[in-house]
This record gives sequence, C-alpha cells and structure tokens, in this order.
Amino acid sequence: MASGSVIDPIHQFQIIKIVDLGAPGGVQLAFTNSAAFMFGIVALVFFFLTFATRGRTLVPGRLQSLAEVSYEFVASMVRSTAGNEGMKFFPLVFSLFIFVLVANFVGMIPYTFTVTSHLVVTAGLALVVILTVIIYGFVRHGTHFLGLFVPSGVPAFLLPFMVVIEVISFLSRPISLSLRLFANMLAGHIAMKVFAGFIVMMSATGVAGILGATLPLAMVVALTALEFLVAFLQAYVFAVLTCIYLNDALHPGH
Amino acid sequence: MSENPGPSGTFVIAQAETPAAHGATPSHGGVEIQVPPGEAHGAGFPPFDAQTFPSQLIWLAIAFGALYLLMSRVALPRIATILEERHDRVADDLEEAGKLKAESEAAQASYEQALASARNKAHGIATETRDTLAAEAETRRKAVEAELSAKLVTAEAQITATKTAAMANVHGIAVDAAGAIVHQLIGSTPAPQAVEAAVDQATKS
Repeated sequence: MASGSVIDPIHQFQIIKIVDLGAPGGVQLAFTNSAAFMFGIVALVFFFLTFATRGRTLVPGRLQSLAEVSYEFVASMVRSTAGNEGMKFFPLVFSLFIFVLVANFVGMIPYTFTVTSHLVVTAGLALVVILTVIIYGFVRHGTHFLGLFVPSGVPAFLLPFMVVIEVISFLSRPISLSLRLFANMLAGHIAMKVFAGFIVMMSATGVAGILGATLPLAMVVALTALEFLVAFLQAYVFAVLTCIYLNDALHPGH
Repeated sequence: MSENPGPSGTFVIAQAETPAAHGATPSHGGVEIQVPPGEAHGAGFPPFDAQTFPSQLIWLAIAFGALYLLMSRVALPRIATILEERHDRVADDLEEAGKLKAESEAAQASYEQALASARNKAHGIATETRDTLAAEAETRRKAVEAELSAKLVTAEAQITATKTAAMANVHGIAVDAAGAIVHQLIGSTPAPQAVEAAVDQATKS
C-alpha cells in the first residue's frame, strides 16, 4: 500500500450489467451479474435436490443422503425453535437457509460474485422474514400480536419504557439480520483478497519477497478455511433467527 | 486474477471506473489495481450504490420467489415423501418382524403341545396294548387249562373203562384157569357156573 497501488479488494463486489433494461420511471433496471448468480443459485439448488432424489431409493445414496440431511437439518431446526406449528414455515426457512448457504459457498469460488455480500440482497431477505412475521402475526392473532411488545410482570410505571424498548428491539431485528450476513461476507472476502494481494506484491519484489510471501499465503489458507466456516455459520444463524422470529409470530405472548 | 507485473516491477494500473460505466471495463484483460480506495470508489462502493438497488431487489424477489415455489411445491414434498416412505417401511418391517416372531412362538407352543399330546397318546396306546395282550393271554391260558382238564377227565374215564374191561377179562381168565386147574387136579370138568361163583367169591374177598 505504501507504493500507492494495491490490488482492488472491492472489485469483486461490482455489479455488472449484462442486459440493460433502461430506466422505466426513472429507475435504472438491468439484468446484472448479481441477478445471474441468484438464478444460478436457484437452478443449482433445484437441480441438485431433484437430481439427488431422482431414484427415491429406500436406502439413500450419497447425494440423496445430502439432500435428506439438509432437509432434516432445517426441519429439526424449525421444530426445536418454533415447534410443530412452525413447520408451516418450513419451506420458507429451508429456502432462506439454502439460498444463503449456496450463495455464500458459490461466493467462495474464485472469480464468482457473492450475492450475499450486497446489503440490499440481505436486507431483502430480512424483509421477507420480518414481513412474514408481521403479516402472519396480525392475521393469526389480530391485535393480540401487539402483546409481543408488552412484557408481562413489569411494574406499571416501567411499562411505557419497556414497550419502547421492545418496539426498538423488534425493529432492529431485520437490520441486525441483514447487516450481520452482509458484513460477514463482505469483510471475509475483502480480507482474503487483501492478503492474497500481499502475496502478489511481495513475490514481485524478488527472492526475499517470495519467501516472505509464504506468510500471507498461510494467512490466506487459514482465512479460506475460516470463510467456509463463516459461510455455513451465517446461513445457519440467518435460518435460526428466522425461526425464532417466526416463533414470536406463532406465540406472541411472552 | 492474473497479475502482470509492469516493466518497472510495479503493477499495471487499470483504474476501476464508476459502476455506471463498469459494464465495459472487465474486458481490459489486465489487472485491477487501484490508487487508494477512497479516490477510486468514493461514493461508488458497490454494495452501497443505490442505483443498483431496484434491479437487485426485483431480481431477488423473482429468484427467491421461484426458489420458494420450487422448494415448497416440488423439492421438499419429494424429500418428505421419501423420508415418510422410509419411515413407514421401517415401521412396517418392524411390525412384520413382531408378527413373525409371535407366529413362530405360537408355532413352537403348538409343536410342544402336539408333542406332549402325542406322548400321552403313545403312553395310552402302550398301556392299552399291554392290557389287551395280558387279557388275551389270560383267556387263552384259561381255555388251555379248561381243555387240558377236560382231556384229563376223558383220559381218566378211559383209564377207568380200560381198567374195568381188563378186570372183566381177568375174571374170565381166572374162571377158565380155575376150571382148567380143577380138570387137571381131579380129571373132571366142574360146572362153569360153580367155577364162576367160586372165582367171584375168591376175588371179592
């Protein structure tokens, strides 16, 4: 960096227009690399799951086991956090989990675009969750859903204060949900790219540089492993928090 | 990304342009290296570029909606069916195994019962056979005994008859012998009636 030129760690997040759809109503629309990756993820997930279960065998093969494990992993997650009643949201939670998971893993492949490294995407997903919670909560419980914001057993003089806190905590949920995923993916990819850039820069300075470059190389290897863990963990966290929020919609009483 | 060191050992600088014009930039084939990030991107940090938000949201809505439909209508029911079938199959098999076990236990019990009853029956038959045989032997023995005693009676009667006949013959011989002896002694033949009476008298005493 001292030389004033570094490898651009931000370039991997560029949105590239593939088909420009113009700007109807003053809003720029385009089919971008981000959209292409989204559809790629959907296609990948769908074809994997249908291909893996094509045999519908009693004793599953490897791929079918993987499909079944992913199904049962999410199903047990939903059941344990939101109860059997929560299973009506199972397709939603599964879709969110698998979308985020595959997006994160696809982003780990070099030269690819990480869909979940864009705040607007994670915010969109978080919005889906929170709107589902709000709409289902009101449809199911009517105004009782507002009981979510009124903790029981609180002295009357503290109650207004508590309600404000509860409302703020509820509103911060989609923000934290989307920011957590976005920040993790963004920071992880930038860190990897920066350390990878160090390798290139150091090895360009000669033999000593090449030897010295083993340090950032080791760092990149470690970071890559960490990023795979983070990729899974963030998908898991997103899905678990979705389940917890949906549980509030199912059982709004504290 | 392939990095081509420039002639001076530093990197070729292909400055990233603003996102709006970015569609054309990736074809430069060189390296993306930037002068300090602030200058190159400024407001153009891609995740915060509001110009891309509407299209991203729209495509996300379409893609995620499609994913949700595909998952909830096709993929997940499919996996659920497989799991359910397996669950049912395992339950069925366990049930079947339990049924077969009960059946085999019943079969063993009935076998043992049959064995016991057969043993009883065999015992009964043996006793019965023994009894009938004993009875038969008894009757045969009695018949033989009766026959033998009858034979004994007839034999005794025959002996008696023979004895009587022999005694009668002895009487005749005695009479003849007495007559002959008298003839020899006195030279005259006594009257047969007198001889017979004399013999009778002698033999009776």
